[in-house]
Amino acid sequence: MASFFNKPQAQTTKSTPKHVVDPSLQPWVEKYRPKTIDDVSAQEHTVAVLRKTLSSTNLPHMLFYGPPGTGKTSTILALARQLFGPDNFRNRVLELNASDERGISIVRDKIKNFARQTPRAQTASSDGKEYPCPPYKIIILDEADSMTQDAQGALRRIMENYARITRFCLEIANTHLLPTGSSNLWRRGCSKFRFTPLDHSSTSTRLTHVASKEGVEIDGPVIEALISTSAGDLRRAITYLQSAHRLSSSTQPPTQITPRDIQEIAGVVPDDAIQDFVQSIGIETDTDIHVDAIGKSPFEQIRNKVREIIREGYSATQILSQIHDMVVSHPTLNGKQKSNCALVFAEADKALCDGADEELWILEVALRIHKAVA
Amino acid sequence: MSLWVDQCRPRSLEDLHYHHELSTRLRSLASSGDFPHMLFYGPSGAGKKTRITCTLRQLFGSGIEKLKIDQRIFLSPSKRKLEVNVVQSNFHIEITPSEAGNYDRVVIQELLKEIAQTQQVDLNAKQKFKVVIINEADSLSKDAQAALRRTMEKYMSNMRIILCANSTSRLIAPIKSRCLLMRVAAPNAEDMQAVMQHVSKRVGFDLPPDVASKIIDDSGGNLRKAILCLEALKMQSPDLSGALTIAKPDWETYCHKVADLIISEQSPARVMEVRQKFYELLSHCIPPTIILKQQTVADRVVERVDDAIKADVMHWAAVYEVRMRIGSKKIYHLEAWVVKVMSLYKHFFYDMDLTGFD
Repeated sequence: MASFFNKPQAQTTKSTPKHVVDPSLQPWVEKYRPKTIDDVSAQEHTVAVLRKTLSSTNLPHMLFYGPPGTGKTSTILALARQLFGPDNFRNRVLELNASDERGISIVRDKIKNFARQTPRAQTASSDGKEYPCPPYKIIILDEADSMTQDAQGALRRIMENYARITRFCLEIANTHLLPTGSSNLWRRGCSKFRFTPLDHSSTSTRLTHVASKEGVEIDGPVIEALISTSAGDLRRAITYLQSAHRLSSSTQPPTQITPRDIQEIAGVVPDDAIQDFVQSIGIETDTDIHVDAIGKSPFEQIRNKVREIIREGYSATQILSQIHDMVVSHPTLNGKQKSNCALVFAEADKALCDGADEELWILEVALRIHKAVA
Repeated sequence: MSLWVDQCRPRSLEDLHYHHELSTRLRSLASSGDFPHMLFYGPSGAGKKTRITCTLRQLFGSGIEKLKIDQRIFLSPSKRKLEVNVVQSNFHIEITPSEAGNYDRVVIQELLKEIAQTQQVDLNAKQKFKVVIINEADSLSKDAQAALRRTMEKYMSNMRIILCANSTSRLIAPIKSRCLLMRVAAPNAEDMQAVMQHVSKRVGFDLPPDVASKIIDDSGGNLRKAILCLEALKMQSPDLSGALTIAKPDWETYCHKVADLIISEQSPARVMEVRQKFYELLSHCIPPTIILKQQTVADRVVERVDDAIKADVMHWAAVYEVRMRIGSKKIYHLEAWVVKVMSLYKHFFYDMDLTGFD
């Protein structure tokens, strides 16, 4: 009787293991994370240095810095996987990121406890491959700059004390965000690796690779649109591609992905809307949209245009950056006019970061550019 | 007897009156099984919330309408109790984390982890995941947004997040890149006209098109406001004929009075008078941003001054609005703006050189 009850139970636990995500539901960013460090796109210098650690079994503390989506997390995860193999991975690597509580108490308890454990002996790996499995553990602190100041301070001692059996890998977006005291220590005690934004060709190779694996048809212009909207951030490019694919495959019948789809997903304001807007504030564009100016003062006209564009629901930062691109590369405006416009953009960007009202500031930008170019 | 806005709110994606392309997309996404995290953004009264509830209905069927309201208590790290109202059905949960102010991160972390770690129990449910709707996502603190980013990737199998925001400017890039952006633009005049006609037909009267277009002009693309306004008008004069004046809210007329005061005389005594009125407005919970924004004081002032200084008035409105956000005492900045406008106006009349004062 007991065996009768036990058996199916054992089976169900086996057939539904925890933490396994259906691959079709997984975000492509996770699915196509590089498995080995040689798969990492672009960052040749970093990869070359890290490859040596694979054979030498020695690893310094590491500080990875660079803009988002350049492969910081992917690199360290791939490296750890290659060092320890799938079986040892769980007890040798601790990954903490901003969605976990990371106050001082966590640093004192969780990180310290993990750091002081002597690594367990290597167990034979189940997939039959040889892993170097060096005698240390790795603690990955993603987005380390968003940790509290206290926690960063507490981390310094732990890093020094347990350096023999634990290596830290800190990932940050900007080096200047670290507090001076700890950043000095972090800078001295860690080898630094800079991650650069991805160049055009490696982004496009990676995107084509993902697209072909998923069976998505994309052509040149679409890849161009992806690259230009993501600005060197590979994660963003791949997420956009996945969203576009979802949209296009869910319509009946499935349609091709167009560059316009990508722009809509990325929240980019369509070119003609921006051109229309820019023209109404007095900058000439190559397209010939006639603005009817009869009977209204320029102020009224600009205000109506601003209301119109805000009603369309576009975000102010996006509008701002697109007007900026247009003004900076404008063929006929002279240097002085452009510099005056640049001042306006800088002020408006700061204001928007401080949470200012969008409509007021777009109006302000429009009025001042109008004055600057008149 | 509920308001017309609620009574006539479309319940399913088929009933929506405008943005048909968006509705088709939502419908096909909901039926494809591969439903992403979403971010709905657009001006208020454009129909973001309506679209979200319609999508949920498409996903889960009518079970979504059995709502219950709960009050949850969270503990902040310093053991302070935070009370947050939660609206939930069997399939979704709706929160407004900005209620918790600075501690919104705690609410996000606790609640999302709790939901993410429990699977859907109902075997008859159409989808395996639950949906979390986060209102006013643009007022989430940076910490709370950072807490969201990893959770969104990690617990994709049990949970989907729908964010609802007025603008994407204040959201951090990682959140935006993890969501499918859905822009809900304000409806244009024809769309609004159609909706108003539909509402009036449903309630059972004829709406003259010219009355409708008058209301539409007044509402500035906010459909909720337009329908509320229509209902108020109908109450006032049941036959909707003759000269109709759209009743402005009291505070708006009050704002106009303040603007007139600023224009008619520029003196320290007048500033004191205006200050009294501003205090009155603030104590009635009129957000100070609104006062500086269009349609109220600033707008009225701009209407009445000469073309040459219109741009300057708006410029200073923008500047003081930012300072107000950063600072803590709103009245200082409102007053500073008033004084600035007065001096601009006076100097313009006496033709003095202003450059020394900037």
